[in-house]
Amino acid sequence: MSQVKEPKKRKMSLERRHNLTGWAFLTPATLMIAVMSFWPMIQAFILSLQTGKANNLKFGDPLANYVRMFRDNVFMTSLGNTFLYLIIQVPIMLVLALILASMLNNKDLRCKGLFRTAIFLPCATSLVSYAIIFRSLFGVDGFINTVLVNLGILHTGYNFLGHATSAKIIIIIALIWRWTGYNMVFYLSGLQNIEYSVYEAAKIDGASPMQTFFKITVPLLKPTILLTAIMSTNGTLQLFDESVNLTKGGPANATITMSHYIYNMSFKYVPTFGYAAAMSFLIFILVAILAFVQMKVGDKRD
Amino acid sequence: MTKTKRMNVLMYVFLTIVSLISVFPLYWMLISATNKSVDVSRGAMLPGTALIDNWKSLISQSPVGSAMLNSFKYAVILTIVALVICSLAGYGFEIYHDKGKDLVMSILLLGMMVPFVATLIPLFRMFSAAHLLNTTLGFILPTISTPFLIMMFRQSARSFPHDIIEAARIDGLNEVQIFFRMFIPTMRSTYAAAMTITFMNAWNNYLWPKVMMTQDDTITMPMLVANLTEGYVTDYGVLMLAVLICSLPTIIIFFLLQKSFAEGITGAVK
Repeated sequence: MSQVKEPKKRKMSLERRHNLTGWAFLTPATLMIAVMSFWPMIQAFILSLQTGKANNLKFGDPLANYVRMFRDNVFMTSLGNTFLYLIIQVPIMLVLALILASMLNNKDLRCKGLFRTAIFLPCATSLVSYAIIFRSLFGVDGFINTVLVNLGILHTGYNFLGHATSAKIIIIIALIWRWTGYNMVFYLSGLQNIEYSVYEAAKIDGASPMQTFFKITVPLLKPTILLTAIMSTNGTLQLFDESVNLTKGGPANATITMSHYIYNMSFKYVPTFGYAAAMSFLIFILVAILAFVQMKVGDKRD
Repeated sequence: MTKTKRMNVLMYVFLTIVSLISVFPLYWMLISATNKSVDVSRGAMLPGTALIDNWKSLISQSPVGSAMLNSFKYAVILTIVALVICSLAGYGFEIYHDKGKDLVMSILLLGMMVPFVATLIPLFRMFSAAHLLNTTLGFILPTISTPFLIMMFRQSARSFPHDIIEAARIDGLNEVQIFFRMFIPTMRSTYAAAMTITFMNAWNNYLWPKVMMTQDDTITMPMLVANLTEGYVTDYGVLMLAVLICSLPTIIIFFLLQKSFAEGITGAVK
């Protein structure tokens, strides 16, 4: 009896040991996420129910901050701007990235590496750097104005960043410039997991490039498209560097993003942490809702 | 046939235009860094001779050396620590997976939806109470562990053959040794991709250091570059030189690790 039991017991303890090793391996990372992400999120919610300046926070009307948000013109502008960037920039960027990726996936294409490197290069530029490059390019005495004046299209430099509409368009152009290559890499990687023979078969069957794109590339890349859509939405809702450094939120807060406004309310003026926390909690809710919607839409097309 | 040919020509034209647009702002930055501000405004398109003057003017007005050192210190330490603890976790979640661990993993994935800005104020208050403002530890802690990195390593651990683990166990290696001696060397391209992403994010991080680095001798390079635009008159030559210096490390890393980066991402999106 004991001879049979002995190895079984040892095996159990080995399994138990492996199980514990697994927990030991994942504990540090899990704890850090709990402490640095989930716990502050709960704190932000509690904070969002408090009002007052600096550290004199007190609980009063729990919804005061949330009501204040919708009466705050600057906040409503920042909400509108963030959604404008989201609705216009994200689709253009993802479609462009998808087209570029399927072009670069073509085996007969020459100079593929050169094109890929060139298009991905913007992602290697730091966010602050590219924001400042675009700010300088579009400045009143910047390169774009110099060219337009020299070509006789304009008489004097146009203040691109001084007008709300043109400033918003420049933020969108800059975002597309910076992030298209990044998303393209994800699509290219996704395409590598698709057998190339599928494309050759489609070609033999006489499918046009358009048909191949819509009937093969898009459906097979759906999980990757979903991933990039969620990442871009998340990133756009948190836009900060571009608003701060490209337009400085101006003219007169016309291009300010939510994160930029939250920063201003917490660290630039006399801090109103409760109100800022309420706005940041709203961003969390928006991210969650949009991710949920995107996942639902992504599932339906199956 | 002629139709395909025309399509082909169009494709090359399109790709060339997109490539030129992608590269131009960076070319302009490079050229501007070597020109006087007046010449930049006049539309200089060729290298100038003002590089050294721009450099002298830059170091006389801002602490470039210490900002570069700070950025390197913060980014390198963060990258090393994050790679170790996140790959350990990704490996642990996949290799020893069971119901309990899968549940913890799906909770962590929800963390991907927590925007950093939403945790900013509580984190700032926590760190200032713990006297972690203006410290390296304070810089690295919030992003030391991310659901994205853990997921990436979990995906790659999926392709790590169980036979190797069994063989190593029979050879008498313990679990920690298997991880360090077998998993890490096999997954080099995943580590390269994770390293590129983490280093670039750490180097580019702007919001968090802007909030927590309040002293001149602790600021990062992106903060220094942003501060240069605060004045009323912008010296484009000096500014673009600072932008160039700030971008060089990430551009170099990108070129060095480009190939393994693409391979690593391919493994992660499978």
